[in-house]
Amino acid sequence: MDSGKNYLVGIYEDEDVLLAAVKKVRSSGVKIHEVFSPYPVHGLDEALGYKRTRLPIAAFMFGFLGTLLALIMQTYMLAIDWPMIIGGKNYTSVTYVPVTFEMTVLLSAFGMVGTFLVVSNMKPWAKPRIFDLRSTDDKHVMAVDLDENSQSPEEITNVLNESGASEVNSKQFED
Amino acid sequence: MQVVSPVREPLVTGKKTYHDVTNDICGRVEEKPSKSWLLAMAVSLTALAAGGWALGETLWEGIGMWGLNRTVGWAWDITNFVWWVGIGHAGTLISAILLLFRQKWRMSINRAAEAMTIFAVICAAMFPIVHMGRPWLGFYWALPLPNTFGSLWVNFHSPLLWDVFAISTYFSVSLVFWYMGLIPDFATIRDRAKGISKVIYGALSFGWDGAARTWSRYETVSLILAGLATPLVLSVHTIVSFDFATSVIPGWHTTIFPPYFVAGAIFSGFAMVMTLMLVTRKVYKLEDYITIKHIELMNIIVMVTGSIVGVAYITELFMAWYSGVEYEQYAFLNRTSGPYAWAYAMMMTCNVVSPQLFWFKKIRTSITASFVLSIVVNVGMWFERFVIIVTSLHRDYLPSSWAMFHPTLYDIGVYLFTFGFFFTAFFLFAKFFPVINIAEIKSILKSDSEKTATVKTVAENVNE
Repeated sequence: MDSGKNYLVGIYEDEDVLLAAVKKVRSSGVKIHEVFSPYPVHGLDEALGYKRTRLPIAAFMFGFLGTLLALIMQTYMLAIDWPMIIGGKNYTSVTYVPVTFEMTVLLSAFGMVGTFLVVSNMKPWAKPRIFDLRSTDDKHVMAVDLDENSQSPEEITNVLNESGASEVNSKQFED
Repeated sequence: MQVVSPVREPLVTGKKTYHDVTNDICGRVEEKPSKSWLLAMAVSLTALAAGGWALGETLWEGIGMWGLNRTVGWAWDITNFVWWVGIGHAGTLISAILLLFRQKWRMSINRAAEAMTIFAVICAAMFPIVHMGRPWLGFYWALPLPNTFGSLWVNFHSPLLWDVFAISTYFSVSLVFWYMGLIPDFATIRDRAKGISKVIYGALSFGWDGAARTWSRYETVSLILAGLATPLVLSVHTIVSFDFATSVIPGWHTTIFPPYFVAGAIFSGFAMVMTLMLVTRKVYKLEDYITIKHIELMNIIVMVTGSIVGVAYITELFMAWYSGVEYEQYAFLNRTSGPYAWAYAMMMTCNVVSPQLFWFKKIRTSITASFVLSIVVNVGMWFERFVIIVTSLHRDYLPSSWAMFHPTLYDIGVYLFTFGFFFTAFFLFAKFFPVINIAEIKSILKSDSEKTATVKTVAENVNE
């Protein structure tokens, strides 16, 4: 086989066919590299056996950090660094709630989205591997890495065809 | 198993395939700007330039150019601020709250509504910044930055400072939410484009490839962002209302302000979405995506929030009378029958009476009526803020200092500037960005389109 990465690419027309195909292909022992869809298909991550993302934990941690920072900032500025009584209120008072809330939301949202971009390797200069240009239009694309599977390309092609793929192509990447 | 209700109307009509959806939305981005678009741009750029002159004069000479006086220290500027912030709220309501409630009809309008939010918030933020008089020092007044006074910090007990945090958080989170939604659609455009636009949309799409793993994370991120944006949007207008409610001015000092302002914000925001979407729908021929059903649902929300606003107006009057406080009673007596009674009547007619017309199905499913009423509602909501702000101030505790407010050319000019900015930004968005969320529409095509509905019935009949 040539140098570089070799893939077989199955094209699926319909999301329900795709979901059934993912289960069939996996149960026949073929490892799926990844499935690319033009829109989110519900249940696809479970069918592929992906674990639940831990991004909600990241969101909570960043949010908590925001709460903490906001409270520290306000207390330090108005009660410690330059203690000042304004409108007869205590140094620390319930009036800290709005700013604390806003900073919680701000850090939580930015922290979570930032984490998402980092773990998904998304950045403006990223060069994605596009297996089939139609995967952002109207086709679901299943990529199988030939190096990861012991079966022959012909066997895998058969498995993909039997699972309902409308066409099966081979795709090669240089690196 | 997907259960399709036979009663429910499809959300996307015209028997669209996935490829049709891509073509319909991306085609608008790829084609050459039309004559009507160029004309619309020319008009909004003219407004921007004319208003820009007024804004420049205001910045150069100071806010003495406006019609403010010693009694009425807040007038058009803060009216416009609250009005624009309010308009912004519908975008977040549609994309976040309707997402949490799983209202799929939001998908045809959420993209444009969120864009509207972002541009409206920029317009809003401009007013308090210009009102500072010397905005180049504004950083030190508004943000907790170390300064030359041995660090005399900002006042965290003040609702004006809460507003700084609320509006800037709201703006940045809305921007992120909007952009996250755009990423998959930018990838769709990238994969169709050639040459320089492939490079630009490629960078904008952040290397999106539509992998199942990324989609799974993306869905989680969207859901949590919606969960964060929902209390955020409620907090923002609540805090805006605190600017008034925490003061001791009769007419402002009322506990009903937070819910009343939030309802008013949704009311005016939906009306603005309606105005913009009816034009976009017509120009871009999106009748299959934004159907009469969508228009009717939006009108129902306008009717409901308009009624809440009406109840709030009446409650205010009742509480003023029932409180037994002379000052409070006078503030409302003056509001309803004083020299600004015409503005009060305007507000009552546009906000309370006009949305009640939507009880008639004929009116709420009529495009012309929806368009006219959406503008009427926003005129009314501008007057609501004007009434609250100016009529509460212009006759204060000392009759010798009672005054009227007369807007100058510069008040009008700066308001015009924000219109110019808003529409310029919106037209640029409509031309270069996908106006409808392509990926989300595709995700409901199977369960909510005319085509699959018929296909399914045929299949079921065959099975039987």
